[in-house]
Amino acid sequence: MVELKHISKTFQTNNGELQALKDVNLKIPDGEIYGIIGMSGAGKSTLVRCINMLEKPTEGEVLINGRNLCTMSEKELRQQRRDITMIFQQFNLLMQRSCLKNVCFPMEISGVSKTTAAKRAQELLELVGLPDKADAYPAQLSGGQKQRVAIARALATNPKVLLCDEATSALDPNTTHAILQLISDINKRLGITAIIITHQMSVIEEICSHVAILDAGRVVEEGSVKEIFANPQTDAAKRLVFPNSATYAEHLKTNRVIRVVFNGGTSYEPLIASLAIDCGIKANILGAETKNVNGQAFGYMLLGLPESETEANKALAYIRSRDGVSAEEVPDYHA
Amino acid sequence: MLDLLQNPEIQRLLLLTEDGLLFAIWETIYVTVLSTFFSYLIGLPLGVLVVVGEPGGVLPLPKPLMSVLNVVINLLRSVPFLILMVLVIPLSRLILGTSIGTVATIIPLIVAAFPFVARLVEASLREIDSGVVEAAQAMGCSPFQIIRKVMIPESLPSLITGFTTAFITILSYGAMAGAIGGGGLGAMALNLGYQRRMILILWVAVIVLVILVQIFQTIGTHLSISLDRRLTATKKKGKKRSSDR
Repeated sequence: MVELKHISKTFQTNNGELQALKDVNLKIPDGEIYGIIGMSGAGKSTLVRCINMLEKPTEGEVLINGRNLCTMSEKELRQQRRDITMIFQQFNLLMQRSCLKNVCFPMEISGVSKTTAAKRAQELLELVGLPDKADAYPAQLSGGQKQRVAIARALATNPKVLLCDEATSALDPNTTHAILQLISDINKRLGITAIIITHQMSVIEEICSHVAILDAGRVVEEGSVKEIFANPQTDAAKRLVFPNSATYAEHLKTNRVIRVVFNGGTSYEPLIASLAIDCGIKANILGAETKNVNGQAFGYMLLGLPESETEANKALAYIRSRDGVSAEEVPDYHA
Repeated sequence: MLDLLQNPEIQRLLLLTEDGLLFAIWETIYVTVLSTFFSYLIGLPLGVLVVVGEPGGVLPLPKPLMSVLNVVINLLRSVPFLILMVLVIPLSRLILGTSIGTVATIIPLIVAAFPFVARLVEASLREIDSGVVEAAQAMGCSPFQIIRKVMIPESLPSLITGFTTAFITILSYGAMAGAIGGGGLGAMALNLGYQRRMILILWVAVIVLVILVQIFQTIGTHLSISLDRRLTATKKKGKKRSSDR
């Protein structure tokens, strides 16, 4: 269990104080894939660095399995860091070492014998799908391969928690997918808690079970990915879940616009066709996006309703009566 | 030209040169190697300290200490070598018991070169991606492990380039040693060549110095490139690929 209690972090800059984190509270159970998402500058990287104390929080406590990292000595902390390893956006491999030696590195630091380390490193390279790259140098690898080596290196000390700081942000969509699958696979097979820091909602959708939304240094929303997708409460969450809804609204000429949200399950039913047949109402689809989250379909649709008040209300009532679908009015669509 | 070589005076000088030249080359190399060794013995840790000790570094040191280090380095670097040689005469006497002769030139060379070496090392270490150091910290490396296993190995190609520069600079500084009674190629060129007007010897000494610099620079550059896994690894890959096809 990773627990963050009232974490605040203030940086002293030349332009005065900068508060990067404000009273952040999170509980991350073991074995979870937990996402932390936010726009650039929301404090994601600072937050993840507080978990392994690369940044010391100004206030608050970081508890890992009940042990407070903030009160540990440097030596204890170094020991503890073998349990909380990290992968990075820029991979951060040692460029002058072969892949095998890179994976050996954390074991070398913790005093594992060379032969044992080399054997385990080879196994780990096989686990991440690079059995033939042991003698290659990082400069010879593609981005995805480098991240695989970094993951193997992060697993070398049998960690309990894997921190992923924008680990897929420098990769193309296909490679991103492959790396996320690898992380998910490792989470299932080894039971390692993964904490995924990202600015891409697609990453959260793909592998996370829970998510926290960080905005201007605060956790504004937190919960299961399904809940947050189905019903984002805050503006920051809505911006992330419906990134384009604002621009859609600007082009509208209809009087009333509603946002229909699919909460899984019935989203494959032809809602718009039913609306037309059952009520005889022609709704205008202004924008739509569906996503597959953990095997269930989620998504939203922006509908322009007929100008007639009664017809519009009828349509709204009809949609609200369906299972797994909710609808809300988009009030300020007049651009 | 042939007439000149048959001149008994010139022949006598050349013979003397042959004997003296080899010895002068030996003296030059011996002084340079020893001075470079001791300059790195002091300059390498100092350069590392300047990088790791700054605020936000791997091993932050008290600010006053860092300021003193930087001031001392800058101070020593700003004194011209010829003047420094004279200034450190008491130090040479203290350490070696003498302030003249070939060995005595090693002391001023070290004093002049170690701050230079410190700056070269500093520049090399600063080239390392801070993310790599951060990754090492996240893995639980102690500051000393980061220095020994990350910073120095990762910047090795650049450190070798710096070493070559330092070696050659010390070699050319050493040529001024003649002024305080030292030996070597520089002293030969100054004392025999210039002061006793044996122009041939002046030229021979200078040409040998040029050749020495060329040799060391070539070795240094080659070593730096061939040890850099960012460069050699990709080259090998290219070769392999083309042979695969």
